[in-house]
Amino acid sequence: MLKINALHKSYAIGDSSLHVLKGIDLSVEEGEMVAIMGSSGSGKSTLLNIIGMLDVLDSGEYILDGLPIDNLTEKKAAVYRNKFLGFIFQSFNLINYKNALENVALPLYYQGLKRKKRQELGMFHLEKVGLADWAHHLPKELSGGQKQRVAIARALAANPKLLLADEPTGALDTKTSHEIMAFIQQLNDEGKTILMVTHEEDIASMCKRIVRLRDGVIMEDKTVTQVRASQYV
Amino acid sequence: MFDIDLWREILQSINKNRTRSLLSGFTIAFAILLFTILFGIANGLQNTFKEAFMDDAKNSISIFTGRTTKAHNGLQAGRRIQMKNEDFDYVEEEFENKIQYLTARIYKNVTASYKNESNSYELRAVHPDHQFLEKTLIVDGRYINQNDLKNKTKVAVIGRLVEEDLFIKTEALGKYVNLGGVQYKVVGVFRDDGGDNEERKIYMPVTTAQMIYGNNDYIDQINIGYNPNLNYDQAIAFGNLLTRKLKTRFDVARDDQRAIRVMNMAEATKSVNAMTVGLSIIILVIGFGTLIAGVVGISNIMIFIVKERTKEIGIRKALGASPRSIVSIILIEAILITAIAGYIGLLIGFGVLELAGPSLEAYFIKDPGVSNSLVVGATLTLILAGAIAGYIPAKKASKIKPIIALRND
Repeated sequence: MLKINALHKSYAIGDSSLHVLKGIDLSVEEGEMVAIMGSSGSGKSTLLNIIGMLDVLDSGEYILDGLPIDNLTEKKAAVYRNKFLGFIFQSFNLINYKNALENVALPLYYQGLKRKKRQELGMFHLEKVGLADWAHHLPKELSGGQKQRVAIARALAANPKLLLADEPTGALDTKTSHEIMAFIQQLNDEGKTILMVTHEEDIASMCKRIVRLRDGVIMEDKTVTQVRASQYV
Repeated sequence: MFDIDLWREILQSINKNRTRSLLSGFTIAFAILLFTILFGIANGLQNTFKEAFMDDAKNSISIFTGRTTKAHNGLQAGRRIQMKNEDFDYVEEEFENKIQYLTARIYKNVTASYKNESNSYELRAVHPDHQFLEKTLIVDGRYINQNDLKNKTKVAVIGRLVEEDLFIKTEALGKYVNLGGVQYKVVGVFRDDGGDNEERKIYMPVTTAQMIYGNNDYIDQINIGYNPNLNYDQAIAFGNLLTRKLKTRFDVARDDQRAIRVMNMAEATKSVNAMTVGLSIIILVIGFGTLIAGVVGISNIMIFIVKERTKEIGIRKALGASPRSIVSIILIEAILITAIAGYIGLLIGFGVLELAGPSLEAYFIKDPGVSNSLVVGATLTLILAGAIAGYIPAKKASKIKPIIALRND
């Protein structure tokens, strides 16, 4: 599904450069649920951004679903992002002047679907996250947990192969975090491949595999017994 | 290709961000409004000047006579100066190469009648050149000609409104009109841009009038169309020379302002032209100034809009928006706001000019208005400016890296 070999990435900071990722090798199979952990500055977010094609690698190899991701034009990157990837962010990143349904339907607009089809699919995914009744509410009228569920519905709308989550519970209280994690686990049960960045141990333990990063290298990569979030809900 | 979804996106963005859209629209509407009003007023001023001097030939010099106010060469003050045919001939011979047109004028008030209709009109007995000096436009028949002068024929050329008054819907040409008891054949009907008053006049040969009304060779006025090759200063010098020579000829004191008066249009035209040029420059400065202010306004707004929407653009890109779709969404929004707001400003400007126009005539502003082509040009310029001002920020926006836009700060 996803294969990374000898990935390097540095950022220029003034005259010097900061070597963030120093040779990462990682492969993720379909249906996995992987937590990428590490303290701040370990390079975990950079890795996720590169996997999400939001950032480019300096050297190494990144193959997504058999396609080498390298030297993509902006246009092509946009198409790949739209087709392969769904994003879930810590701060939800909903468009504040669009209602829940319009937010969910936005990736479908960029897929070039007809309006009617977009509404239909958008509604279907909103129902899936249990927010059909809130379809015509603006983000500011929703609670944090509801916003994140709208964001998840949006990430799912384009039916991506890979869900990328950057601290998906970072802005939520414990109870809501567990609700969201239960839902993400449910998606994984249904077969979605999920990759998430987190620094919370209890959230990471709800994944099936934990990859620990420190100073730009992988320190540990182990499969764990998944803690079901539903038991806390 | 018309992409209804793109337009829907843009309209939603405008609609949901009303304050932003209204503020940017207001700037543009105000710029166009100011542009329209200022331009309209300037045009109105120009109209006033043009109209005041449009009626007659610009290169005309008129000579009138009156009574002397100063004793001179042993002659008393209060003497009446009367020009005669010989004076006319003198002017013609003396200044031949400086004169393009030359005519005498005799004024009479006559009662004209045809069948049962009768009315009082000003009669002018003239030479054929008068037609060109007064810019008389013949509608029917002909003007006075040399034959009429030589044979002292009893012919008349009447104004369009004289024909209307007396001949009531029938053709005057070829019929006989009675002027103070004498029958004249109507050989021509004319029109004049100088207004209704100018079209209620009757022309006849100067020689005929001299024979019938007094049997003398008096003339009341001499009109000259100076050679158009003379520039204003030369024309003014010619006018002064003419005045001096005539004063000598009639034994009038140099500083006697009443006995012989020479009205030289070159003097007026010169100052009017200077004024018109000045006005044009002011108009240009105002126009460009307002437009530049508008352009700067749009640029600022666009930069602000892109800044404000950085995060949204990042989200859209993460969801698969192509750079092109980002550019078009921002660019079209800018152009749409500019076009609509510009049009509104235009309508308000027209409305203001229309409403205030009539009351401005007292301030020498006549028919203030802006030509459509100018306004369309200005709006197009603004739209183009909006596009240029919008394109650079939009292009920049399309290059925004989603990770930078999506940072949690």
